[in-house]
Amino acid sequence: MGQLTVNSLGKAYKIYPSPGARLREWILPFAGPRHQEKWVLKDISFSVLPGETVALVGANGAGKSTLLKLICGTVKPSLGSMEIQGHIAALLELGMGFHPEFTGRQNVFMAGQLLGLHPSEIAQLMPVIEDFAEIGEAIDQPVRTYSSGMQMRLAFSVATAKRPDLLIIDEALSVGDAYFQHKSFDRIRQFKKLGSTLIIVSHDRTAIQSICDRAILLDKGKMIMEGEPEKVMDYYNALMSERESMVIKQIQLDSGQVQTISGTGEASIESIELLNSEDKVTDVIKVGEKTTIQVKAKINQAIPQLVLGFMIKDRFGQPVYGINTYRQQQTLSDLTPGQTANFQFEFNMNIGAANYSIAFSLSKGDSHLEKNYEWRDYGAVFHVINVGKEDFVGSAWLNAQTEIELEQGQ
Amino acid sequence: MVTSVLKSTWAYRSFILGSIKRDIQARYKSSALGALWTIFGPLAMITVYTVVFSEIMRAKLPGSEDPLAYSIYLCSGVLAWGFFSESLTRATNVFIENGNLIQKLNFPRSSLPMIVIGNALFNFFIVLALFGIYLLITDRWPGAAILSLPILVALQIILIAGLGITLGVLNVFFRDVGQLLAIVLQFWFWLTPIVYPLSIIPEKFQGIVESNPLTPLIQAYQTVFLNGQWPDWQQLAPLTIGSTLLLIIGYGLFKAKSGEMVDEL
Repeated sequence: MGQLTVNSLGKAYKIYPSPGARLREWILPFAGPRHQEKWVLKDISFSVLPGETVALVGANGAGKSTLLKLICGTVKPSLGSMEIQGHIAALLELGMGFHPEFTGRQNVFMAGQLLGLHPSEIAQLMPVIEDFAEIGEAIDQPVRTYSSGMQMRLAFSVATAKRPDLLIIDEALSVGDAYFQHKSFDRIRQFKKLGSTLIIVSHDRTAIQSICDRAILLDKGKMIMEGEPEKVMDYYNALMSERESMVIKQIQLDSGQVQTISGTGEASIESIELLNSEDKVTDVIKVGEKTTIQVKAKINQAIPQLVLGFMIKDRFGQPVYGINTYRQQQTLSDLTPGQTANFQFEFNMNIGAANYSIAFSLSKGDSHLEKNYEWRDYGAVFHVINVGKEDFVGSAWLNAQTEIELEQGQ
Repeated sequence: MVTSVLKSTWAYRSFILGSIKRDIQARYKSSALGALWTIFGPLAMITVYTVVFSEIMRAKLPGSEDPLAYSIYLCSGVLAWGFFSESLTRATNVFIENGNLIQKLNFPRSSLPMIVIGNALFNFFIVLALFGIYLLITDRWPGAAILSLPILVALQIILIAGLGITLGVLNVFFRDVGQLLAIVLQFWFWLTPIVYPLSIIPEKFQGIVESNPLTPLIQAYQTVFLNGQWPDWQQLAPLTIGSTLLLIIGYGLFKAKSGEMVDEL
């Protein structure tokens, strides 16, 4: 029976200003520490009951992988304790201990022993492993001749040949073709049915909601939520989007881009909303759908003129469409502190299916270079999907009307 | 402490033996002559030393009229040194080289130095066997004294393990250790009576060479192979005690720092 109890677990890495500082600390232990502690996990407490499946979610760098390594025992905690009952198997990385020069069969024996299996046990499991990997005759060929998918199949088959009491999976399953992904997912479900306890790190919302009983949300090394997978995932998404609109000068977005907010602050953007044709706030718009962008701007200091501009950019950052209120001859003038300006842009989303972002600027005139009150990249992020339109290519939807006349040959 | 090491080693014995076997096989896997290469290297060395020093340079060992004496002296020292330096160098780097494995899999890490030492030991056995054949052919078989070899090898393994684990752990934290070792080994080789007999160096320097912990061990090999005599056990006593202490210290360091070690890999 796999059971796990984690009590106020913490992990800190020692950061030394130089290798020499470590040497001094080792030689003169009474002269005080010379390192700084970088806490990557702090105060983590939870328990996983036998047969339960728990997902760990959080942004990159939240501490998920470190927590998994602590659970499987390779990394030692700096604080707190853990109690584990049962035999653990961890799929942190597949293909550990494989040697390219040896055959699949020989590698199965080595990798299996590295996982703590006895050779006689491996020999016994061999037919099952071969059968599950479905690589056929290749099992007796050197692994260097394998495709990466075949290596993955074999590695997964070895790692899960024996049902563990506690299985730890770190997104390793996203490799391989659709068929094998399905097959490996089935095996994990089977383990669950037979009573194995599962801990999964994933970003895949569907996978989490379909298989997990509970989710734990980590943020910057702290456990900030624990509960129903759906609730936790919603909170996680909200947390992510809150990040996008927080008034910080530079924000690393989940997608890897950095949102930059700059400006002198005489006027500032209060809120940005993207509405679909039913006036619902959304981030998914259909090709050609009527769309409204609503921007609320607050006036903080008296300013003579105010222009709001927005620019839709594709995933490469190339502008797709941009306009401002100056060019539309709707410049506001003589504004006083405390006033709020509500802008509304309405248009049809005649662009191709893809991901886009919108940048906004509050400025005095046509260009934000003259007087920039606020500039905000990634003010909104949305997807355009093609529903009901013919499948076209390109970034613009030109809605070509076609007429064909067929003339008979002479 | 010792029982826990023995226990986990026993549990992973087939992994350790399998890894040693695999490392040996991997070295020759894609070569046409395969395992024969294990023999060619040392064979070439013995031939070169015999031909160059005994036949061409006519080098004679002081106090011996035997033309092959110097070749035998040289070979016994170089072979034992080869085992020492090869396994020590590999043990020093073994944790760094297996960093990913250590981070992602939970297995007894003490098996890693055992694998590299076992590997070097296998090579040592092969060259010793060849050297034995050479001694038989040239009619210089040392006789019963050869039975002291297992004890000498065991002592050498304790020394290598103690030093190797200590340096291996230190190398993870201070990568200078690995670099430094390569240089230290150069000096160490020449401060050990391998190429020259202790008697030919000026007396005031003999003390330095004698204080080298490896000197009594290498001399023991030379005594066995060259003179067919049993080694001077008393001379080996300090090394035995020192190596055992070093192994205990090394293992203590390994235990104390193994958690922090993973963080540095």
